Amino acid sequence: MHLLNAILIGVKDIWGHKFRSLLTMLGIILGVASLVGMTAIVKGMENGLKEAMIAMGGADKVLIRDQPVPSHQEHLAEEAPGRTMVDVLALRESAPLISLVSPEMSLNRVTITRGDKSVNPSECVGVWPAVLDMNLHTLAHGRFFTDLDEENASSVCVIGTGIRDELFGAPDKTGTPIIPIGEVIQIQGQPFTIVGMFQHYESEQERREREFRQSQPLQEQTGPRRQRGWGRRGGWAFWRKNYTVYLPLNTMWIKFRSAGGTDNIPDPRLTDIDIKVADIEQMEAALQQARNILMTTHRGIEDFNFQTQENQLENINRQIRNARLSGGLIAAISLIVGGIGIMNIMFASINERIREIGICKAVGATGTGIFVQVLMESIVVSLLGAALGLVVSFGFVQLLSSISPTQNAPVITHTAMIVAVIFSVAVGLVAGLFPALKAARLDPIEALRYE
Amino acid sequence: MALLELRNVSKIYRLGGEEIRALDDVSLDIDEGQFISIIGPSGSGKSTLMHILGCLDTPSTGTIRLDGMMIQDASSRQLAQIRNRKIGFVFQFFNLLPKLNVLQNVELPMIYSGIPARQRREQAMAALRMVEMENRAKHRPSQLSGGQQQRTAIARALVNDPKIVFADEPTGNLDSHTGELILQMFSRLSREGRTIILVTHDPEIAAVTPRRIEIRDGRVAHQLDPTLAGLNRFPTAVS
Ligand SMILES: Nc1ncnc2c1ncn2[C@@H]1O[C@H](COP(=O)(O)OP(=O)(O)O)[C@@H](O)[C@H]1O
Ligand SMILES: [Mg+2]
Repeated sequence: MHLLNAILIGVKDIWGHKFRSLLTMLGIILGVASLVGMTAIVKGMENGLKEAMIAMGGADKVLIRDQPVPSHQEHLAEEAPGRTMVDVLALRESAPLISLVSPEMSLNRVTITRGDKSVNPSECVGVWPAVLDMNLHTLAHGRFFTDLDEENASSVCVIGTGIRDELFGAPDKTGTPIIPIGEVIQIQGQPFTIVGMFQHYESEQERREREFRQSQPLQEQTGPRRQRGWGRRGGWAFWRKNYTVYLPLNTMWIKFRSAGGTDNIPDPRLTDIDIKVADIEQMEAALQQARNILMTTHRGIEDFNFQTQENQLENINRQIRNARLSGGLIAAISLIVGGIGIMNIMFASINERIREIGICKAVGATGTGIFVQVLMESIVVSLLGAALGLVVSFGFVQLLSSISPTQNAPVITHTAMIVAVIFSVAVGLVAGLFPALKAARLDPIEALRYE
Repeated sequence: MALLELRNVSKIYRLGGEEIRALDDVSLDIDEGQFISIIGPSGSGKSTLMHILGCLDTPSTGTIRLDGMMIQDASSRQLAQIRNRKIGFVFQFFNLLPKLNVLQNVELPMIYSGIPARQRREQAMAALRMVEMENRAKHRPSQLSGGQQQRTAIARALVNDPKIVFADEPTGNLDSHTGELILQMFSRLSREGRTIILVTHDPEIAAVTPRRIEIRDGRVAHQLDPTLAGLNRFPTAVS
């Protein structure tokens, strides 16, 4: 018995019962669609998060964060100093394993105005020049802060392109990019001179889309204007960078913090201390060193901890694993249900064809031949189901990215498709096994006599 | 050596505690080229005999030799292959596959013997010409008359050039005129040298064949064998 013939007969039979076959395949279709669709979504998420991670700084970056004092030090909570410049200076002086220390003091709920235009930056932070290396910023125009700016607490600032877009106009609208170096803007009502502007940050996908738009002749905008930059494929991280405003740390301290804290008591606490280890291989040792120094400056009160990018990566990976697992579970259940459906329909179709099987045996079909034929039919059903499932998952992904373009674009992977198809074939095989055995074992005489 | 040799063949069915001897110690020789009818009343064991002769079933006891090969202990797989190459069946209810057209039905045995598609097509068309059905090749069985269906079934039985063709009540489901035509077709095939065994309960049909084997209660009750004319006019087995 030739496989090709068996497959042809299988296809014919399926075609003969289109609706029934479709119902049978539903489980497989759902299984494959959810498997491929979920993996695509997870993959999109993963890409977005990874890209965001890279945009926010490399793996050698460590955040020093506040934490509530541990319970055995509860009585010292009042004396917890928090993270201050004392820590920063100590780390810079006595931690050779740490190559870079970047203190940050940020101002919340900031409004920046210029004339009648205003914008709320993603962050308005007083920084040292170390922040450029730390947060992977690239200055495209002008200069960054000098020691003089720091010492004099000059009223200067460096902005991202998003701030420029809002206050001076985006290149999309103005045609030529505006470089507002030397312009004066009001931060919380105080005048600041823009001395530098970062490059425009965007994800790979955004860059491709933008270049495509630019290569096209300018077209009339049709339909509602889609929001750009925000969201999409880790776009959040890029949005945040583009809407950044940096001041010299000392400027921030003198102009906004030393007088403006709660109850007019100066608040020397930093919002963030980011450090970079000199050698990522020695991460453990570097953290230990930093910890020892901070324990001294904090008088033994452990009101800080370290968050490495690795931790964050682990978190992301755990979330991705969980998403995969639940997607896989749904897919597995659908596939099993699909398998039961196929088995059911194969039994039904064999019972309908007992006499035909008898005829085939009378003219020389062996049990093996019949077995293979029924198995092939079952596999053909599951394969067709898998093919339809793939179509559905493509449609699903299309739909998803068209109804919510702000999400990370799902990415359909070859691996997912191959795995889904292999699983479907396996399901078809297992589901066809018992019906095929039953058909193969039919006695030709009784089968011929069957009404 | 005879084409088919049956020696002391019995077929025993057990239903509950009861033992049914569907065939009881039957010995027979069938030579190449013979045109034989097996007759007897309903329930006498004709079909059982045909199943064993036709390798659809094996005897409970006794031996059977087909074309020089002992097959009483053959596996179902071996039997299937023997049926495929050496035996053709024609049934009372035609037994064509409803989803296949005439040509595909005739090709079916060759699919199981692994003959390549082109040769299958040629051989099937040749067989259809033998039964004058070549211009109905693309029809479905449901679009054919009873006689045409039976001719298709005969073409299917002949297509692998078998040693023996069995026909179990081949006219039982046809009107008498069509039945007559089918019987003429068997006679013609016999004249062309085919070995044909007709199973029937109807003595008129049996009268068409030179040799007749009468079965009663699972035994050979009477044989008319023209090759042994004068020597063997009397019952060979008496119960
Ligand atoms: N599978 C079976 N199980 C039990 N008894 C059977 C079976 N097949 C045939 N028989 C019995 O064997 C006897 C002969 O049957 P069969 O060969 O079909 O007769 P015929 O074809 O001459 O009408 C009958 O009594 C029948 O009931
Ligand atoms: Mg009968």
